[in-house]
Amino acid sequence: MTERINLTVNTVEKSFIADPTEPLLYILREEFEINSTKFGCGLQQCGACMVLLDGSAQPSCLLPCHSAQLKSIVTLEGLEKNGKLHPVQEAFIEVQAAQCGYCLNGMIIAAVGLLKENPNPTDSEIREGLQPIICRCGTHSRFVQAVKMAAKSTQSF
Amino acid sequence: MENPSNSNFSRRKFLKSSGQFLIGFQLVPLLSCSGNANALPESYDGIPVRPHGDKDLIDSWIRLDTEGHVTILTGKQELGQGIRTTLLQMAAEELDVPIEICHIINGDTGQTANEGYTAGSNSVEGSGKAIRQAAAEARLYMLTLAAHTWEEDIANLTVENGIIRSNSNKEITYWKLLKGKHLEGKISGKAVPKNYQEHQLVGKSIFRGDIRNLVKGGGHFVHDLRLDGMVHARVVHPPSYGAKLLTMDFSEIFELPGVLKVIRDGSFLAVIAKREYQAVKAWMMLKAISEWETPKIKVPQESLFEDMKSNSMSPETIENSPDLKSKLEIAPKKVAQEYHRPYHMHASTGPSCAVAEWKEDHLTVWSSSQGVYPLQNSLSDLFGLNKENIRCIGMPGSGCYGHNGADDVSAEAALIARAFPEKPIRLQWMREDENQWEPYGSAMVIQLEAGLDTEGKIIAWDTNLFSDTHSTRPNGNGGHYVSARHLEKPFEFKKGGFSGGSYRNAVPLYAIPSKRILLHNYEGPLRTSALRGLGAYGNIFALESFIDELAHAAEMDPIEFRLKNLDDDRAKAVLKSVEEKTNWKPVQKTANKGYGVAFSKYKNSASYFAVVAEVSLDKAAKTFKLEKLTGVIDSGQCINPDGLKNQTEGGMIQSASWTLLEKVDFDENGVLSIDWNSYPILRSPEVPIVKVHIINRPELPPMGAGEAAQGPVAAAIANAVFNATGSRVRDLPLSSEKVDWEKVS
Repeated sequence: MTERINLTVNTVEKSFIADPTEPLLYILREEFEINSTKFGCGLQQCGACMVLLDGSAQPSCLLPCHSAQLKSIVTLEGLEKNGKLHPVQEAFIEVQAAQCGYCLNGMIIAAVGLLKENPNPTDSEIREGLQPIICRCGTHSRFVQAVKMAAKSTQSF
Repeated sequence: MENPSNSNFSRRKFLKSSGQFLIGFQLVPLLSCSGNANALPESYDGIPVRPHGDKDLIDSWIRLDTEGHVTILTGKQELGQGIRTTLLQMAAEELDVPIEICHIINGDTGQTANEGYTAGSNSVEGSGKAIRQAAAEARLYMLTLAAHTWEEDIANLTVENGIIRSNSNKEITYWKLLKGKHLEGKISGKAVPKNYQEHQLVGKSIFRGDIRNLVKGGGHFVHDLRLDGMVHARVVHPPSYGAKLLTMDFSEIFELPGVLKVIRDGSFLAVIAKREYQAVKAWMMLKAISEWETPKIKVPQESLFEDMKSNSMSPETIENSPDLKSKLEIAPKKVAQEYHRPYHMHASTGPSCAVAEWKEDHLTVWSSSQGVYPLQNSLSDLFGLNKENIRCIGMPGSGCYGHNGADDVSAEAALIARAFPEKPIRLQWMREDENQWEPYGSAMVIQLEAGLDTEGKIIAWDTNLFSDTHSTRPNGNGGHYVSARHLEKPFEFKKGGFSGGSYRNAVPLYAIPSKRILLHNYEGPLRTSALRGLGAYGNIFALESFIDELAHAAEMDPIEFRLKNLDDDRAKAVLKSVEEKTNWKPVQKTANKGYGVAFSKYKNSASYFAVVAEVSLDKAAKTFKLEKLTGVIDSGQCINPDGLKNQTEGGMIQSASWTLLEKVDFDENGVLSIDWNSYPILRSPEVPIVKVHIINRPELPPMGAGEAAQGPVAAAIANAVFNATGSRVRDLPLSSEKVDWEKVS
């Protein structure tokens, strides 16, 4: 069973026919050719599939695509504004906060979501904010450092 | 309507470059030299694909185009360890070219040399050394060519940013000189790589070129590959080892939308669908309707270690001093203890993925395997297909710490592609496939006994080590792929003997006059292979915990005790450095804190690493927390300090996770650790603060570093817990429940 779905991803609207129960993750990768959102567990346990849904960081691996209609969906690809990377992206580069990079999407989206709510987080608030994201390479200390750097760089997220 | 993802990333470019997986630098903020990089267009589609010749040809490692680019070819894979940047630094240094114009192609049987597996912390020592020499040879080749053209003495020529200049004011770039011709010279050994004092790039923290792309969501992983006409597959793995598929009729699956084919070959079961989610739904339904005859796992988890001791093979002697028994007997102080390490999993963040295409008897596989040539050999065995008809193209996968599911998923994608030819098949494992079917790091039992003299010197040492194999990489054998064993005509899995991985670092580096190391090989209930550090993790956990116990018995400070029993100056140097960096003596045990130290020289031949762990206690809650790890590493010549720190920090945090939390659980029906709830790993709030200090020795060769932290961190934590609580935990994982809180005042 399929129906017409309208989604707004990184400010671009698209209308297509799909299974309304198909999770947003697969739609993003298939219909929008988004690379950043990753399949990690399909169980909302690892955060590899995080997106900003109306500004809040949410896993997309179980979220039916029909329920994401009328919401603003932002992925890593959409964080850049006027050719300038988001301060969190800049900070991740500056700190060289990556090893394999598979978790980077979740880490950056979770960080942007956190800073929108709390522009001056403490170390432990940053750690709690990144808690939902699994990183197997052990890059956490750099992620925390990068989020701190981003928080210092600006007050508007 | 415009596709929003295309604004930042050219799909066409990714497809084109993924054929040879090309990575260059877009931003190098720490680099001062500007060179002629700005004159080049930002995107570079790469040099045309062509096979390599012999390893002794410069052209097999370095290729120049006509426009001003340099391409380095390595047989090693990027695993997130930053090897591409390191190798480019070494090459650009010797060639005297700006690193911004350099690109690298990782393992591809169609292009790069055969460098086996990317394993054992060998890439810098192996590929780095080869590329450094090839680059020096390339520079000499071009200088010789210019000298000949100009009829000048080569001694009068210099190179800067790829421009050759003579005393007589002539100049020409490498690219104009070569005019697109190959670097035809042989690696003669005549070219002498630069003295370290001349290094401009080596030793600098050059940024990794791929991180900018990753933070923007650019295509990077094999998971991101999109080929024209590509379809999606899932494999329904058996519920446990050796299970036989009983169900014959899967016709109801075709009621689901998008299903293209169900493949059943013996107990190998897979489904292909148009869209990825359609494949996932079909996978769920197949799982629900398939029935299996499943043999029981015979060894219960709770008696695993007893089984290892009673059912292993007769021991292999690794080292034996004939006078050991007598030395132990006369020792004034003796200590004997037993340590356990459970099965651990790689548990990569992203489940394994591969793309395969079978077209007119030609198989192409895009894979994150650690070795594209061994993959080609093993696929050749699996399909009875000539190697010439198989091309394996290496691409990054989710962090891989040894032999995980990357090889298996590649073989499965190829099996599916054979059954559904002409279309690229993208297969990704589900989380439970990864957790249940990857090969684990083997459980280990390590029994240690040692004798001390009255001065605190170790005079005798006896090790009995029990372990399953730490290497079952395919390496030419189709039967090493799990699904090959499930086929109608199954491939036999032949372990091919037990590798040296089990006793890696089992022989103490300490100056002990009399020692014996016995290895008891064991065929355990779970599938095992290489996991970061192989046996070194368990062996160093045991050895360095035991050294702490010996120091305690000798009533000596643990660092002082180690220094007394070591005669390797670099080993002593990392210990003295960590002592100084952590202000060791003044920080010893307080009411709520404890400190522990540990050390190793990885493989007894690679990096030196010493670490101090700090734990804090919550006596009311009867828990401890790992607060901080401070490490000192000596990897000889350091190519990229930030890269070395990043790898070492990662190793420390990963090892802390193994040590504090992890074990693969199983019962008679199979593996129970199927997701992140049943196999929890360390998450941000519990991750310790990590600090890494480097002892750089630019005058010495670089040494492998990626696995140096795994063992010492485990022992340092155990030693810190003992320091804080008086409880010695010898059985991993080291959870708060294993501490005897009655002992804690």
